[in-house]
Amino acid sequence: MTTAALITMITVQALVTIISGYFFWKILTAKPKPEPDSYSEE
Amino acid sequence: MANREQWGTRIGLVLAMAGNAVGLGNFLRFPVQAVQNGGGAFIIPYLVCFLLMGIPLLWIEWSIGRFGGRSNNHSTPFIMDSMDKRHFWKYVGVFGIFTNIGVAAYYCYIESWTMSYVFHSIIQTFTGMSQDEVASFFVKYVDVGQSTTGIPFESVLFYLICLGLNTYILSRGLSGGVEKVAKIGMPLLILFGILLAVRGITLGNTGLCADCDSHIGMNFLWEPQFDKLLDLKVWFAAAGQIFFTLSLGMGTIQCYASYVRSKDDIALNAMTAGWMNGFVEIVLGASIVIPISVGYLGLDWVKENAGFSMAFQTMPYLFNQWGAFLGSFAGVMWFGLLFFAGITSSLAMGTPWMGFMQDEFRWSRPKAAFTFGLLVLIMGLPTVFFFQEGFFDEYDYWAGTASLVIFATFETILFSWIFGIERGWKELIQGADMKVPVIFKYIMVFITPLFLIIILLGTLITPKNGDWQKAFTEKYELDHGSLIGKLTHSNIVANRSWFSNRFESEVSGIVINAYSDQKNHYVIIGDETGRVVKTYAQPITKEMVVNTGDKVEISTPLFRGRFVNPIFYLDLSRIMLLSLFIFICVLVYKAYKKRQKINRIPL
Repeated sequence: MTTAALITMITVQALVTIISGYFFWKILTAKPKPEPDSYSEE
Repeated sequence: MANREQWGTRIGLVLAMAGNAVGLGNFLRFPVQAVQNGGGAFIIPYLVCFLLMGIPLLWIEWSIGRFGGRSNNHSTPFIMDSMDKRHFWKYVGVFGIFTNIGVAAYYCYIESWTMSYVFHSIIQTFTGMSQDEVASFFVKYVDVGQSTTGIPFESVLFYLICLGLNTYILSRGLSGGVEKVAKIGMPLLILFGILLAVRGITLGNTGLCADCDSHIGMNFLWEPQFDKLLDLKVWFAAAGQIFFTLSLGMGTIQCYASYVRSKDDIALNAMTAGWMNGFVEIVLGASIVIPISVGYLGLDWVKENAGFSMAFQTMPYLFNQWGAFLGSFAGVMWFGLLFFAGITSSLAMGTPWMGFMQDEFRWSRPKAAFTFGLLVLIMGLPTVFFFQEGFFDEYDYWAGTASLVIFATFETILFSWIFGIERGWKELIQGADMKVPVIFKYIMVFITPLFLIIILLGTLITPKNGDWQKAFTEKYELDHGSLIGKLTHSNIVANRSWFSNRFESEVSGIVINAYSDQKNHYVIIGDETGRVVKTYAQPITKEMVVNTGDKVEISTPLFRGRFVNPIFYLDLSRIMLLSLFIFICVLVYKAYKKRQKINRIPL
């Protein structure tokens, strides 16, 4: 692979993975709202 | 019975919403679009469109859905009706049910292919097959008259099993059905995707041909061609990809979000589902099909053949190269991940119809699910039987492409300009678990509607080959694939009647060979240099009326007999879609009258 292609691939894929992971982590760690909320099992 | 659906957990909702967005296109459409539109540079317009159109539209649809849910509306006709005094909006909202049934009709068929191919991978059908044999297996599979296993009507059987499974899961409800499938399917999809992506990246040089190297494939996909950024076609392709990958303009997001209470978050949920879809597409989708295909077949082959059909006609052959067991396992993973990507989307398509019938006619969940299955079956069987006649592609264009753009444009204008951005913004940030940047308020009012209007116009009057540069600077010519071109059948130059007693040539040239065997007559038409332009075959029961050496023009009769022309099937598919749309409009009208009787008219 050329350096330009390698840098583009690593940068974009790392960025997208980090952002996706960050938002997913925020969902997992968000404080649940007081009952009654939208979720029957929480 | 009132609609008492509820999500079980927040993570279940996000996975279901991400599953709704993640579809076969993440693995098959994105890499092909990237390859055809600037390689690594495609990602720049892709991310720009994601920020300026994708995220705002996700937030708009989530907000519209939750707003509607507060008045116990769980499908777009009456959600949109409750957002403005003018009651015609409920008929615009019909798109949010129509699109889903229309798309599910053919989408369940693709889903059934993935299910069938999992089965064939397990029983090692593809082991030892050549590339041509794998490709013709698919052609045989979609030909209803033939069977690959000896089971009669095999493709119909798998379609019915797949539709039955969807109907059963839908009848179990949101938390008991859809959410459970998302919680199992999405992690498995990501796991299978990671395993195949690692294999694609590490495959390297296989030595089967001069450029059979997966790294050449990755280079081809990621090498940034910055000059392409000035090409409008690339921007249109990126906007189209964002639009379809996020399942925008379908009515499913609104339906799912309508079961979220006002005090609960939608802003962070929408971002998470949207980025998760991006992860599956950009990280996993880009690392499987193209690298593995180039690794075994070379770059030139992929350049010529990159497309949707590779999933079924090429991948099983490539997996064969890893030996019987690993090949079979990889086949299960590949078609398994496509199946999960498909079913999490098709389940979402069932929920707007179910929400509507439960809300308006007090139908029970199983009854609503069963009727969805029945409608999809009625609409979908012709796509199975007339797949090769173009029924499938017509559904895909009108229900799966044009309708989405039209609906999204209207709903954005309704949300930002008629309902009002101040009310809309308040709805979005209520209960939000993240700070939504205020700039998006202005993007939703000005940029996103502008983007959508441009896409709508672009769809309507696409210039020839999508070449906007040429259209602006030289001569404008309408593309056959544009909405107007499709509507007028501009690509059909001969055989324009449904039924006829003669079959005409669609090209001009010289008959370089006209002959018959025991089954068929064949007419091969070539140009002056002898290059084959078109080959026609008709059963021996027809009469061939040209001879070798004859000169033919467009519309010159080649055969005589009774013919049903392809235009008949195209128009029939449109009549079916139009009938479905009118049918839902009638239901909405009945529901409206019912609401009037019980004084349940909003605003």
